Amino acid sequence: MLDNLTQRLSGVIKNLRGQARLTESNIQDALREVRLALLEADVALPVVKEFTTQVKQAALGQEVIGNLNPGQALIGVVHRELTKLMGEANVGINLNTVPPAVILMAGLQGAGKTTTSGKLAKLLREQMRKKVLMVSCDVYRPAAIEQLRTLAQQLEIDFFASDISQKPVDIALAAHDYARKHHHDILIVDTAGRLAIDAAMMEEIRQLHAALKPIETLFVVDAMTGQDAVNTAKAFGETLPLTGIILTKLDGDARGGAALSVRHITGKPIKFVGVSEKMTGLEAFHPERMASRVLGMGDVLSLIEEAHRGVDQAEAEKLAKKVQKGQGFDLNDFKMQIVQMRKMGGVAGMMDKLPAQFAQAAAGSKVDDKAINRLEGIINSMTPVERTKPEIIKASRKRRIAAGAGVQVMHVNQLLNQFEQTQKMMKMFSKGGMAKMMRGMKGMLPGMGR
Amino acid sequence: MFGFLKKAPTENIPEQAVPEKRSWLNRLKSGLARTGDQLSDLFGRSGKIDDELYEELETILITADVGMDATRFLLAELRHRVKEQHLTESGQLRQALADCLLKLLQPLAKELNVSTHQPFVIMLAGVNGAGKTTSIGKLAKYFQGQGKSVLLAAGDTFRAAAREQLMEWGARNNVTVIAQQSGDPAAVIYDAVQAAMARNIDVVLADTAGRLSTQAHLMEEIKKVKRVTAKALPDAPHEILLVLDANTGQNALSQVKAFDEALNVTGLVLTKLDGTAKGGVIAAIAKAHPIPVRFIGVGEGLDDLRPFAAEDFVNALLGME
Repeated sequence: MLDNLTQRLSGVIKNLRGQARLTESNIQDALREVRLALLEADVALPVVKEFTTQVKQAALGQEVIGNLNPGQALIGVVHRELTKLMGEANVGINLNTVPPAVILMAGLQGAGKTTTSGKLAKLLREQMRKKVLMVSCDVYRPAAIEQLRTLAQQLEIDFFASDISQKPVDIALAAHDYARKHHHDILIVDTAGRLAIDAAMMEEIRQLHAALKPIETLFVVDAMTGQDAVNTAKAFGETLPLTGIILTKLDGDARGGAALSVRHITGKPIKFVGVSEKMTGLEAFHPERMASRVLGMGDVLSLIEEAHRGVDQAEAEKLAKKVQKGQGFDLNDFKMQIVQMRKMGGVAGMMDKLPAQFAQAAAGSKVDDKAINRLEGIINSMTPVERTKPEIIKASRKRRIAAGAGVQVMHVNQLLNQFEQTQKMMKMFSKGGMAKMMRGMKGMLPGMGR
Repeated sequence: MFGFLKKAPTENIPEQAVPEKRSWLNRLKSGLARTGDQLSDLFGRSGKIDDELYEELETILITADVGMDATRFLLAELRHRVKEQHLTESGQLRQALADCLLKLLQPLAKELNVSTHQPFVIMLAGVNGAGKTTSIGKLAKYFQGQGKSVLLAAGDTFRAAAREQLMEWGARNNVTVIAQQSGDPAAVIYDAVQAAMARNIDVVLADTAGRLSTQAHLMEEIKKVKRVTAKALPDAPHEILLVLDANTGQNALSQVKAFDEALNVTGLVLTKLDGTAKGGVIAAIAKAHPIPVRFIGVGEGLDDLRPFAAEDFVNALLGME
């Protein structure tokens, strides 16, 4: 079910080989696969139909350049169009008004409005140095107000107390008044979850909006939402002048096709995404990465970004040059990768960013940080010559290395096997091709792929 | 496509005003109305059964979250039936589709019997925001209605005020809630099971924190909760309910698979069926990973969570009387 689009397409593009252009007749089957992949990623059908038409137009006549095959060229087009549809670049939050800037949160039950309110308050305080006040207008769900109060306490954010005997509009206005008097820059208004077909509740939030005149009205939507996202988004968009979208629970394994539906229907930018249940888990939205995710390509960009933060640039460049020149990738480089992996938050941190299939494969193989330490120990027990020329390591050297590292000869053999896989992968990598690299990814992580 | 918007909103009929069974069916029907209306429209048109009709049917099923796999399966079954029974008019297709759907869903309709053990321990699990705590409130009411004594265990020690939320449900139903200041869900549920044994309680409903199946450490935690529960009472938990939000798309399947792998889920609860599209995800689950659907929820009222009856569901989904 989680086949990525690249895999899906590989079946139908065989008959595309050797063709220099994408034409109406040769991409028919491929487009059907695109359609299915998007539907399986929960992109709403009307959006899928419109989108595939766009892709078709953009793809027709496209020349297949370099060593790409037509399938890869088509994926390129799909990826570009997806990114375009999702809004090209990140749009930040707008606070350009007389303080307090009011942010109104709206959405279905269980979308994550209250948790997101807390995360947003923390982000605005820490990244933009704002003084934030939070208030809950959810007088329906048991302990909803209590939940926001607890969050406020944990985060040390000011909280305006309310209780369930009050009317939501009265609560909101009182909080606004309080925020003005106490010089808060921002007022975040949490609301009750509501169904788009519940007319009374929709009227209530419309009144809240009219009373508060928020600068930001954010629609909070669960990344796991199915086909109905399109209806819900339409109804909320018609009731409220939405200014943006927050996509929650993106740390699950949902493809998040709802992002596409909601963005397309409301025409509003996705401003933030929830990526962890920790209170720091709210991030700016990057359309291109989301496009990769919907296509099942994994959040490789975030991984690379993380790598940049943790990795010694000079070392990395040295390796990149070496690989490009086609020179050997030796055990020194292998060790360097291991050390860098640890800097990047260990295996667990990286797994989150990998495409689902890889992450599952990895979980199955029980890679853990202990295994990584052992690998490093084994390499440390080798002589410099052995590290640059691993092929000279024969039986007696293996015994010596095993004894030095306190492991069995079997473990040394395993390491050498993994190293060979990685070496092969590096060779593929130097020849280019994202798909190839992804396929080889298994080999890059020591301890995986068995 | 957006026909539901033109429809009058669901009316809030006072519950006593209408006969019990009827009102439930009506609510179920209005919950699934969008799909039902579309199908009624499709089958209502006079005409021959042709490829175009099948294509429209495919569209409707997909937009109801039935998913590609189950949609293909249903359409293949349908074509087979049409051929076998020599159906020609589009109007005849409705009954045929109802039969196909019923055949697919009937195996999931297995009512939960809580009188096999005492106390009968039910653990609820699911992703964040699926409606676990709210479902517990409603289930407490349901079991009380059957003359059972109920005890709640506040096993969600992670989310802010989850404990308070459950206590509020306890207060509304006049049911004891076992909660602790401590952060260990397993300990809370262990205590609750012991308390239930001491007090001769019939049903224990144990809440757990929402978790995404990708969070390996949290999936390990809930496995531990299950193990520790069995230490308090062998065989417990007797039922592990996975709570699914009916708004969820095809990810519902991954959730079912992942939680089943970790816990051996014995039943499903499908909440929030009172939105607009929906319902179809049950068919997707029935096809790919069948697990009994114990309860479905179609509203915010305390009485709006009921046992799943395949026939009622199919009739409501297809807009049939």
